[in-house]
Formats: sequence, C-alpha cells, structure tokens
Amino acid sequence: MRRSILTVAAAALTVTAIGTEVSARDLTVVSWGGAYQEAQRKAYFEPYIEQYGPLRDEPYNGELARIKAMVETGDVTWDVVQFEAAEMVNACFEGMIQPLDWSRLGNTDNLSPLAKMGDCGIATIFYSTILAYNGDRITEDVPQDWADFWNTEKWPGKRGLRRTPTFTLEIALLADGVAPDEVYDVLSSEGGVDRAFAKLDEIKHDIQWWEAGAQPPQWLAAGDVIMTAAYNGRISSAVDEGQPFEIVWNGQVFTLDGWGIVSGTDNLDEAYDFLALTNVVENQARLATEIPYGQMNGKVVDMVSAEVAAKLPTNPVNRTNEVQFDASFWIDNIEEINERFNNWASR
Amino acid sequence: MSATTVDQTDDQGGKTQASKTMRGQLRRANRARRLWAAALVAPLFLMVVVFFALPILGLLTGAVHSPEYVQTFPRSAEVVSQTDSFDEPFYEALYQDLLSAYETRSTGVAGRRLNQDLSGFSSMLRSATRAAVRGEAPPEGGYRDWFATQDPNWIAAEYQDAIRRTVPIYTDIFLLKAMDLERGPDGGISFVPEGRDLFIDVFIRTIWISFQVTLICAVLGYPLAWALTRASTFWRGIMLLGVLFPFWTSLLVRTAAWMILLQREGPLNTMLLGSGIIDSPLTMVFNRFGTIVALTHILLPFLVLPLYSVMRSIPNDYMRAAKGLGARPVRAFLGVFVPQTMPGLSAGAVLVFIMSVGYYITPALLGGPNDQMISYFIAFYVNDTINWGLAAALALDLIVITMILYFIYQKVTGTTRIGLGA
Repeated sequence: MRRSILTVAAAALTVTAIGTEVSARDLTVVSWGGAYQEAQRKAYFEPYIEQYGPLRDEPYNGELARIKAMVETGDVTWDVVQFEAAEMVNACFEGMIQPLDWSRLGNTDNLSPLAKMGDCGIATIFYSTILAYNGDRITEDVPQDWADFWNTEKWPGKRGLRRTPTFTLEIALLADGVAPDEVYDVLSSEGGVDRAFAKLDEIKHDIQWWEAGAQPPQWLAAGDVIMTAAYNGRISSAVDEGQPFEIVWNGQVFTLDGWGIVSGTDNLDEAYDFLALTNVVENQARLATEIPYGQMNGKVVDMVSAEVAAKLPTNPVNRTNEVQFDASFWIDNIEEINERFNNWASR
Repeated sequence: MSATTVDQTDDQGGKTQASKTMRGQLRRANRARRLWAAALVAPLFLMVVVFFALPILGLLTGAVHSPEYVQTFPRSAEVVSQTDSFDEPFYEALYQDLLSAYETRSTGVAGRRLNQDLSGFSSMLRSATRAAVRGEAPPEGGYRDWFATQDPNWIAAEYQDAIRRTVPIYTDIFLLKAMDLERGPDGGISFVPEGRDLFIDVFIRTIWISFQVTLICAVLGYPLAWALTRASTFWRGIMLLGVLFPFWTSLLVRTAAWMILLQREGPLNTMLLGSGIIDSPLTMVFNRFGTIVALTHILLPFLVLPLYSVMRSIPNDYMRAAKGLGARPVRAFLGVFVPQTMPGLSAGAVLVFIMSVGYYITPALLGGPNDQMISYFIAFYVNDTINWGLAAALALDLIVITMILYFIYQKVTGTTRIGLGA
C-alpha cells in the first residue's frame, strides 16, 4: 500500500517535472533535414549551444499548416523556421511569422541586398536546382542542358523531378528552348503554362517524382534514375562522401531560402541571438564549406577555399543561362497551377 | 402513467402492496445497475465525444464555414452584403480594411482565401496595402480610381464576382469543388472544364485500389486462416507469429522495407536478373504494383484474424456429418464450412476495405502520382496549400462514400452482424 502511494507520488512529481520542462522550452530551429541540416548543425547550432545554451533542431518538409495551427492555437513549439521564398512572403502576410527588427540581427553590413526577404525574413542561402547525373553510369557524351534531360532515346531511364510545379515548369520551358530571362514572361503569357505542360508530356512516363531534397542523391546512387533535378548542395555533399555524381550548371534555377521567427514565440530573445549568430561571417563560411550553398555575406567567397568556391551556385562561372526564381509569380499563380499540375500528374 | 395505475390499485389489498414493493425493488435494482453500467461506459463515451466526434465535426464544418473575408475585411464585407454593389462606398471601406488588417497582420488570411478563388489577389492585396500604408491616401470620392491605379483588376467584374463569392460566411464552393463542380457567374452548377477536374477520378481510383487490395487479401487470407485452424499447436504458434509479427512492426518500417525490396537494384530485381527470368530490371515501385503489394501485406492480418477466430469456433462435427451423409470433401467444404465462415470473411473484408480507402502513407511513399488516393490530396490541401476548406470537403466526401459503400455491402451480402468479433 505504501509502495503504491509512493508510486503515485513519484508519478505526480514526474508529471510536474515534465510540466516545468515544457514551460521553459528550448529554442527550436526547423530546417530541411538531411545533409543540409547536418551542415547547419556544425555552422550554427553547435556554436549557438556553446555560446548561449540549449537548442533543439527539427526537420520539416515545408508544411506551413503546422505553423498556422501553432499560431492560431497559441501553442508555439517552433521558434525559428527556414522557408522558401514564396512561402516566406505568404507566411509573413498571414501573420504566421513576425516582422524582424534588423537592429537585433547582428552584423548585417556586408549582406547581399537580396538578404531582406520582405518584412519578416532574412535570407540564409542561395541555392540552385541543377541537373545531376551519376558519372559512373553516363561516362562519355554527357548531358549538357535540360534539353538533354528530355532526350530519352540517347539516355534511357527514369528522370527525377520535384513533385511541385515550382522549378518543374521553369525547367520544362528551358528544355523547350525558352531563353532563361524570358521564362516568367512566357509562363505569365497566354498559353505559356500549356507549353510547359506539353513539354512535360513528352517525358511524363519517364519521370520519378521526389518530394524531399534527400531523395535525388539516393536515387542516383541506387540507379533508380539516370539523371535528376536536385539541389546543388545535396549533390555536392554526396560527392564529398565519394559518390561519382556530376552537376550540370548550365540552366540552373537559382533561388534563396531564409529564416523567419514564428509569431507569438516565448523564445524571442533566443531567436534573435540565433539569427545574429547566423550572420557571423565565420559561421557562414563554415556552412559553405560543409555544404556549398551561397552565403549572404559577400566576404564569404574570399574566406573559403578555391575548391569550395568552385562549387557555389553564386560563382560567376556556374551562372551560365541561370533562371532567377520569381517568387511573386508563384505566390499569385500557385493555386491555379497546382490544380492543373495535380490533374496532369495523376493521369 | 404506469406509476399512477399502480398507485390506484395499491389500496385494494396486501397482495398488490407486496407486489408493488417487489416491483419497486426490482426497478430500483435495475436502475442502479443501469446507472452503474452507464457510469462504467461514461469515461469512454466522453472521451470518444470530446476527442473524436467533436473535433471531426468541427473539422467538417470547415467544408462550408469560411469566415476569412468577413473577419479580415469586416467593413467592405458589410457593404457588399448590404448593397451588393462595387462602387465608391465599397472601395472606401476596403481601403480602411486594408489599413486595419495591416495592423493585425491578417491581410494574407483573406488573401489566401481570395487567391484560392481567383489567381492574382495575393499580389493585388500586397501592392495596395503597401501603397495605403505609405500614406498615399486617395482624395474623397476617389477610392475606386485609387484602387484602379494600383491594379486595373480591382475594378474588373471577374474579380468583383470573386469577392462576392468570398464574402458569405457559409459557402458551397468547397463541397462543389470536391466533386469537380463549380458555380458559374449565373449561379448554375456545372462540371469544371477538362484539365482541372481531379477528384472524381481520385475517388474512383481510391475505391478501385481498395477493392483490389481487399480481394487479394481475401484470396490469400482465406487459405491461411483455414490452415491456421488445421495446424498442430506448434505450427499454429509459428504461423500466428508470422501473421502477427508484421502486424506489430511499425508501418513506416514495413513500407520502407518494401521500397528497398522492390527498387530497381533491390534484392528482388537482382534475384530475378541473376536467375535469368528477366533481362532488364522491372519497375515495381513508385507505381500501382508497389502500392497494392505493400497495402495487401500491411492489411492482411486484419482479414486473417477475424476470419481465423470464426473458423476456429466452427465444430469439426459439421464437416464430419456432411461427409457421413455422403458429401464429397469439396462439396462438404463449399456447402457446409464456407457459409459458416462468411461472418468472419465479411468482417475482415469490410475492415480491410475501409482501412485501405483511408490509407495515406503507403501509397504516398510507394506510389507514383497516378496511384495517390484521396487521403494524399486531403493531406496535400491541409499541409501544402493550407486550403482547409477543400480538405474538409474531401474528408466529408470520403466519409459519406465509405458509409454508402458499407450500406450497399450490407444489402448485397445480407449480413447485419458485422463487427470485429462477429
């Protein structure tokens, strides 16, 4: 009997302990997982833990719904979240993330003018969707551009593309011979979206769709796909691990991701400390070295090795025929084109 | 009523008095027992209501309840609902709405809802808000023109119609859309044009895949359940473990295992290639084949277990009697044994069917875009595009369709006692 009372008391104590632990929640940073988050761990998370205290990091796949639910119910468990450009604008406009006080973001002197992503976001990387293939499987006569991606006679096999109209329609138009700086003009014009879907029709049955950035390198390694659209950093990370992958920079779709602070967080000070720490130039250089994504601080290029600089999407050598992702086009048209895309993909 | 009758007869003598006391005691005892039973069930019942029924109901009301516009832009909503005209008063009210929505940072909530109806609203709202906040206040009587200079679409009939559709708190737009229907400018309901339709196909596909999975489960599960009842205790243990072990393994682990087994350079392809049965690797994953194989594997125990429990309760004597009366084994099996197993088979089949109709993760991971079932799209609209109204409408459709199919199934098979342990 006494023992059972003790058990109950112990349970009650545990519950109280858990309760207090929850109320003093650690700073939680959410990013895209995989090799990228590993790199962020070394460049940002670990320095933060050393300097300021506990930090928990979680991966996600861009589901705004969780953040919306957190903000609406007032039960905020994520503090700093990484967004794609279009989602960043929407999240800010809907009050899911809060306007940033730039005086609290540390040294922002040498940041690219693109770093300010609206009222609520500060960009953290430049990255590209590029064409990648496995150098062990395609040895001579290698693909040069997206038009080659469509050439299933010369290079038979599945092609990996991201299961979203964003990036995919741009790539289809590039493959169809649209000049890089005219891609969004064509998409906005009458019949432009039709043209992109007609191009996708040509290889529809050869496409294997991916949703997470970690999938394309896995599929290239396993031989599931002969070539794939992928994020440049994920491919470079796999190369560093010994995979024989090659990147075709020609026709890269270039965009940026940024950090936002979730509205109503209890950890606002910690969140600003974290963001300030991501603006420390040494930390940015560390990230670029771990995974070759372009950094906001212009001085990073001079700090990294020539070998790393060659792999950055911001390197002028790599920027032939690049398309600059146009977030505002997608913010307006995503619903309508998503509808079309889902209809098309599921037939 | 009956109580007063008893009272009137009471005075007539001791006998009725005694019977009355007894009846009262009985009633009290019964009532106490009923209360006790109700008290025992109450926690579970309350839990189901609070954590299951109410949230689901709340979610489903999202299919018709859409207050985003009114909540974000109350002044202009008022003008539209009272005058139904898009003149100066509307644009002046909208201007004030933009300013106050900017303060509460809620513009995007209505923006998303409007943009779901008609593309373009997001940037129109953003640019107009920016201009309004900069303090470019229009002159008295010039609000409509001010909006027109921000973007000519603000005064276009198409966009005004979209606002008119978005203002009411209750809408049928999501319910219609979930059935590939839409309301034209004249208010008539028609199918959406080809190229934008999606959901009817997806519902048919969902039911078709679930039907195939149920059929395969039945074909594989029936002999297995039968073998289980015939096996020696030792082998039965081994076989039951074989059925239950995957049942206890995490769903994700099983799905991932299939992905590895079936992939292009996976063990199965390597084996087939090595043995010379095929020349080039088969595509078995990210298509219908992978989806159905994995779903069958995952759902098989749900058919086998109820079927096995029914088969075990059928005495051997019936079969022996049938054979003793001269039936050949096949006839005895089909004529005597099989009909008695129907409740178990029905229960298992309904369970498998209903579970696979709502399956999400396995088709999402092992299927291609044209193998996705309705749950995928519910998740897509919840997570990716935050169109919770459409997601709720699709969920409602899924519930209704499942109930209709269940009803038809009951009529066809004539079984009324379908349940887990039936």
